[in-house]
Amino acid sequence: MSAHAATADGKQLNYLNCEKGLWSWIMSIDHKRIGLMYLASILSFFVVGGVFALLVRAELFSHGKTLYGPDDYNVFFTLHGVIMIFLFIVPGIPATLGNFLLPLMIGAKDVIFPRLNRFTYWLYLFGAAIAFCAIFMRLDTGWTFYAPYSIQNRWAVVTATAAAFFLGFASILTGLNFLVTIHNMRAPGMTWGRLPLFVWTLYASAILQIVATPVIGITLLLLLLENTMGIGIFNPAAGGDPVLFEHLFWFYSHPVVYIMILPAMGVVSEIIPVFSKKPIFGYKALVYASVGIAAVSFLVWGHHMFVAGMSNLSRYIFSFLTFFVAVPTAVKVFNWVSTMYKGSISWDTPMLYAMAFVFLFLIAGTTGVHLATLGTDAHYHDTYFVVAHFHYTIQGGAVIGLFAGLHFWFPKMFGRMYNEKVAKFAWLFLFIGFNGTFIPQFILGMEGMPRRYYDYPIEFEPLHRISSIFAFINAAGYAMVLGNLFYAVFKGKKCEENPFHSLSLEWTTASPPIHDNFVQIPRVTTWTYGYGAEHAAEGEAVH
Amino acid sequence: MGHHESLPLGHTHFAEPEQVYHSAKFGMWVFLATEVHLFGALFCTFAVYRWRYFEDFQQFALSLNWRLGGLNTIVLLTSSYFMVRAVDAAQKGLNKKVNSFCNLTLLCALTFLVVKFFEYRAKLILHEPPIFPHSHIFYGLYFTMTGIHGLHVLLGMGAIWWLKMRAKREEFSVTYYTPVEVVGLYWHLVDVVWIYLFPLLYLLGGLA
Repeated sequence: MSAHAATADGKQLNYLNCEKGLWSWIMSIDHKRIGLMYLASILSFFVVGGVFALLVRAELFSHGKTLYGPDDYNVFFTLHGVIMIFLFIVPGIPATLGNFLLPLMIGAKDVIFPRLNRFTYWLYLFGAAIAFCAIFMRLDTGWTFYAPYSIQNRWAVVTATAAAFFLGFASILTGLNFLVTIHNMRAPGMTWGRLPLFVWTLYASAILQIVATPVIGITLLLLLLENTMGIGIFNPAAGGDPVLFEHLFWFYSHPVVYIMILPAMGVVSEIIPVFSKKPIFGYKALVYASVGIAAVSFLVWGHHMFVAGMSNLSRYIFSFLTFFVAVPTAVKVFNWVSTMYKGSISWDTPMLYAMAFVFLFLIAGTTGVHLATLGTDAHYHDTYFVVAHFHYTIQGGAVIGLFAGLHFWFPKMFGRMYNEKVAKFAWLFLFIGFNGTFIPQFILGMEGMPRRYYDYPIEFEPLHRISSIFAFINAAGYAMVLGNLFYAVFKGKKCEENPFHSLSLEWTTASPPIHDNFVQIPRVTTWTYGYGAEHAAEGEAVH
Repeated sequence: MGHHESLPLGHTHFAEPEQVYHSAKFGMWVFLATEVHLFGALFCTFAVYRWRYFEDFQQFALSLNWRLGGLNTIVLLTSSYFMVRAVDAAQKGLNKKVNSFCNLTLLCALTFLVVKFFEYRAKLILHEPPIFPHSHIFYGLYFTMTGIHGLHVLLGMGAIWWLKMRAKREEFSVTYYTPVEVVGLYWHLVDVVWIYLFPLLYLLGGLA
């Protein structure tokens, strides 16, 4: 197929129109189409998970029973967690933007194992289908499946853990595919030192996916065997230890938050130099910080069990190591701010999201230090403070990062532009709604409101009401964002090939890209981040 | 389905054969790393409970038949030898030899599973009273660890069967033998895991 071939009616051929029909999507091994299918899937699950969140917030609007009973409440917050974690944010940025962009950014025609990529997507959907069965079985353990509550022969747990096993397998295979692709598929001249920072963060999170996920896989399998055959490992009645489950669970589930957040950091590192018209500040430091965060993330899981029975020495060590995560994270924030310093900043929507990310993630990180501190954690443990901290990292970080990337690469994906005014307005809604939802939860947590409780003393009602009202504003923001983007996919204005004037490799090909990505494999001769007049020479776009 | 023109497009010359060969091997090594972590968590769990219930673990280890376990160790090591010969034959493009060494590897794998079946039967059916996974954490771990390992043996047999079919169709040559190498790597891991399982479960309590 020639690159500039056109269809009969004179349209340019690209990856979207080069083949037609549902079957051509189902069987596609094109990383761009698989990325889009992941995107459609995870955003659908995001909406479902969001509806459960709103149900929870609606119930908490008033002291006592508001809408439904405590058993339903347990089910709804569990489903919110399970869907958001396993179906939405773990595949998250890597499976969507990563799939779409990784080969384009390193100058390849596809990932190294395109068929494995297709298999991975369908494995993910299969896991999602099983997970949805658990919804109808009223899973109510919370997304953490803590024993011994989860081992009382509960088929909902068996179903959910089986689902998580398949979803975890899909996550491992995506990580494996990306890791080998980054090693072996880089275009000539795309050296490790020239690799875009988004690719570096995909690399770091791929390592986490590969190393950490098998541990949760086997842990959930043990839980499944516990529920079906009673092997006794997590059952205190048989001499087993429920805290061992927590250790194994968090050995994966702490690194997994970095699987969620690292690619978002990569997205922000791509956006900020483009809209500041300055080269990224401290490229190497950002690379080392990504790899550093990935490495340290394996050594901090114990901070989830500071009050679950642990020796003082272990507490000191885990506390110290947890503080240590703040160092590479702070390095990143300083580098982003330094990139903006004296830049000529334009306030397009992607930049607004990137700025929101830096601001919200700063709050997320600093409140994390409160939780790493042994003295304060004893007070904050399992309160709304933890809930708010977690949502600042994951919604304020990973989700905002995903939407930053979607707004930034939207013209790349579809060759069209969304309505900029609606996008900015929606951003404002999101930003205000999000902070309004979770700042009261920080205060509630400090005052002692435990997480996952159906009811609370009447004194807590005003803050709960504020939180619930802003949660709906937050949701309205998301509805606007999704509506705006969805409309633009079909009806958005056609835009130029590189509307934001990025110098990165993925923008040197057509938008939307042709089926083979590049007419011929590019030869990379310069660094990606040579923005600004004084850097024009070293940053000539690569062809 | 089946209409050739409706099949999805692959990418034209998306990677060099050399690149695919190295990537497939690298990919398998990475996958083996995930397997090591999967079994690693099990070994870690075993260590925790062996330390906690030391005397029970010593005593129950004696109830396992170390002779059958030892026999299976020899059987699996032999199977790995045949696998290596299959890889060697594939690199030389000798498809008939690949086929026969795959057959010998499969025979060893089957022997392993048959021996395992008799071991399980001795516990679950013949023993009085029967020993189940829920009888004690030691047996919970024994059945889980050997069961998951047995599942890996089965999957490996499927992969070797697939190699055998391809060798029958004369698909391997001096320039193309990637699948044989990659399956070989996987099969050795299955072997290595057993090499750790055997002393941990059968021998640590002494010989009965």
